Amino acid sequence: MDIIVCIKQVPGTTNVEVDPLTGVLIRDGVESKLNPYDLFALELAMQLNAADGGQTSVISMGPPQAGAVVREAIFMGAVGGKVVSDRRFAGADVLATSYTLSQGLRKMADFDLLICGKQTTDGDTGQVGAEIAEFLGLPHIGNVLAVEEIKNREIVVKVNLDSSIVRQKLPLPCLICTDGDINTPRLPSYRRKKEFNEASLVFISLEDFDDKDESHYGLSGSPTQVERIFPPEKNQEKQMFHGSGTELAANVYALLHEQKFVD
Amino acid sequence: MAYFKINQELIDPEKAALLKDICPFSAISSENGRLEISAACKMCKLCIKKGPQGVIELVEDEEITLNKDEWRGIAVFTEHNKGEIHNVTLELIGKARELALVTGHPVYALMLGSDIKEAAAKLLHYGADKVFVYDYPELADFKIDLYTNAFSDFINKVKPSSIMVGATNLGRTLAPRVAARQRTGLTADCTRLEMKENSDLVQIRPAFGGNIMAQIVTPKHRPQFCTVRYKVFSTPAPLEHFNGELVLLELLPEQLQSVYEILSIEEKPREVDISEAEIIVAAGRGLKSKDDVALIEELAKLLGGVSACTRPLVENGWFDPKRQIGLSGRTVKPKLIITVGISGSVQFVAGMRNSDCIIAINEAENAPIFDVAHYGICGDLNEIIPQLLEMIRGEQEHGL
Ligand SMILES: Cc1cc2nc3c(=O)[nH]c(=O)nc-3n(C[C@H](O)[C@H](O)[C@H](O)COP(=O)(O)OP(=O)(O)OC[C@H]3O[C@@H](n4cnc5c(N)ncnc54)[C@H](O)[C@@H]3O)c2cc1C
Ligand SMILES: Cc1cc2nc3c(=O)[nH]c(=O)nc-3n(C[C@H](O)[C@H](O)[C@H](O)COP(=O)(O)OP(=O)(O)OC[C@H]3O[C@@H](n4cnc5c(N)ncnc54)[C@H](O)[C@@H]3O)c2cc1C
Ligand code: SF4
Repeated sequence: MDIIVCIKQVPGTTNVEVDPLTGVLIRDGVESKLNPYDLFALELAMQLNAADGGQTSVISMGPPQAGAVVREAIFMGAVGGKVVSDRRFAGADVLATSYTLSQGLRKMADFDLLICGKQTTDGDTGQVGAEIAEFLGLPHIGNVLAVEEIKNREIVVKVNLDSSIVRQKLPLPCLICTDGDINTPRLPSYRRKKEFNEASLVFISLEDFDDKDESHYGLSGSPTQVERIFPPEKNQEKQMFHGSGTELAANVYALLHEQKFVD
Repeated sequence: MAYFKINQELIDPEKAALLKDICPFSAISSENGRLEISAACKMCKLCIKKGPQGVIELVEDEEITLNKDEWRGIAVFTEHNKGEIHNVTLELIGKARELALVTGHPVYALMLGSDIKEAAAKLLHYGADKVFVYDYPELADFKIDLYTNAFSDFINKVKPSSIMVGATNLGRTLAPRVAARQRTGLTADCTRLEMKENSDLVQIRPAFGGNIMAQIVTPKHRPQFCTVRYKVFSTPAPLEHFNGELVLLELLPEQLQSVYEILSIEEKPREVDISEAEIIVAAGRGLKSKDDVALIEELAKLLGGVSACTRPLVENGWFDPKRQIGLSGRTVKPKLIITVGISGSVQFVAGMRNSDCIIAINEAENAPIFDVAHYGICGDLNEIIPQLLEMIRGEQEHGL
């Protein structure tokens, strides 16, 4: 079973703040990392390979630096990966990102299964997987807890719906998005790091795609526009109480009584 | 199309460094004096607004013409389990009615399933002007291909201007599939929605783990699509008088052919669901020992509510993970929440900021929880809670 996992490079920390006056994001530390949710997707792929054979490659759209996360995936066990990178992809929203990735995926070797993570820690929409599947015309399924069986070009998965756990069967090739922490991702292997071959990491751009119409990518291909970003607002009408423990307990009691939470 | 124009001749190393600093997504780099914007760019436009004047410009040279008047109505996707309607649907219909006041658009609900006409009629009580129903045995269970077909069919026939979907696991799986088929935008997990008179929907959502808010519009595409989490908006009261109607829509046989086969459905056991609770007492790391948990539980019980907690108390095993409030836990919107020894991290607050009444007990005057609390009680929980319990039990004078 040949698998491709979609992975994204995200900021190393979500501890960003917006300066309320200038609207500029203040970040402590600028380093990037592999989206933690994608580690579960990668681990699932490696386990499926171990059980059923085949190999896993990865694809990532982002700036050239995203090569770092592809390398990390290769150290974990992927055989190779592509970074989809082009200035003209700048400003992509979910629709444009998914379309770009679907174009990139069409340029990769045939696969049986695509795996995406649940969501990212920056954009945090959890929508990219489903949209890639739509663009590729593949069935997809989200919140996958486990792959139970692969037989006769069909896959049986266990899905976490809101009030139930549903087991369902769908034909390959298809796309699945993993649920939260469904496994314990392996660490990058030192041996694979030493054996790393630069040729396993390939960069592709718009010129390599079937659809070279720039207006389908980046900002132009994005229906949503981020108008502004701002810090979460604070509550202005708070009332503060100070005093001894007894006084404060009486204050809380009075509040509860006033609002009829206690008689 | 729109693109960035970089006026390279205006760039000096100082300006390049400034721009690199401004860009929150590390999308700007410079090499040999040439500035480049990479695919990491998120179009926040800060480089244009905050950067040196004129260096980076946004050029829009082609207007896509969209006749917004062709798209009318605010539609809500109905989430249900065999006709039992999920409350998030009612919350969204309530919000849709509010938004519709601005544009005078009708409010629609869309319901897919088998044998659901009776259930669908209930939505009329909440103020839907029309409830569109696809009632087929094939739609009894959630099959993504069939649901996408029906949802798209509805959009093509009815042409709603805005669509809201509850951000449940089902909604999050279905909405992006439909949005991609319609080649339109989808804004995830909105916490605030506003309507402009020209029917543009202003969508506000948290990102970066709740650390920042983003305001997002879909000005050149219809329908405008968003998902909203459960408990973000309030449930409207049912109306006494209503005059909406049920409309049955039909699918072609080929639209009802699925490649998915459901093998089994196992209902999850119903447990205490803190997101349903009206009264919550939430404990944080200010609790010094596991024995203190009993005090929190007693307070919750006396108030007729449930106990909940922050993530560290799940990690140390004092509480069940289902009791965790926050970004990686549950979102709650109770009538009353008392937080005890909780600092108020953005991740925690993201899960409870919409509560009707927030009373925060914390000994640190500058604890961020006081920024969201309606009532801040600045003191030691070990002194306050035992005495409060005595007062409620009637064992101590409460000075009233
Ligand atoms: C503050 C903010 C808010 C935003 N809100 C929205 C919004 O509501 N709607 C919208 O359309 N856009 C939004 N965007 C833009 C959006 O973040 C980006 O378009 C991004 O490409 C969408 O992916 P995500 O991070 O949400 O990924 P998710 O959909 O959360 O990712 C799910 C999975 O898809 C795969 N994946 C995602 N991105 C990539 C990639 N680049 N390469 C390879 N695999 C990938 C991974 O497997 C990942 O686990 C927002 C951007 C910002 C900065
Ligand atoms: C990606 C991510 C997701 C996360 N998701 C969640 C989530 O869903 N939910 C969540 O809760 N956290 C989450 N966290 C963790 C979060 O960042 C905080 O670490 C956590 O919320 C802090 O919990 P706390 O308020 O109980 O503890 P602390 O921050 O340690 O606060 C304890 C507070 O108790 C006060 N205190 C101490 N002693 C007393 C006393 N005697 N009387 C009165 N007050 C006292 C202190 O002043 C302090 O403010 C997440 C973190 C990350 C990185
Ligand atoms: S628009 Fe925002 S993300 Fe894009 S280059 Fe400018 S500052 Fe960076």
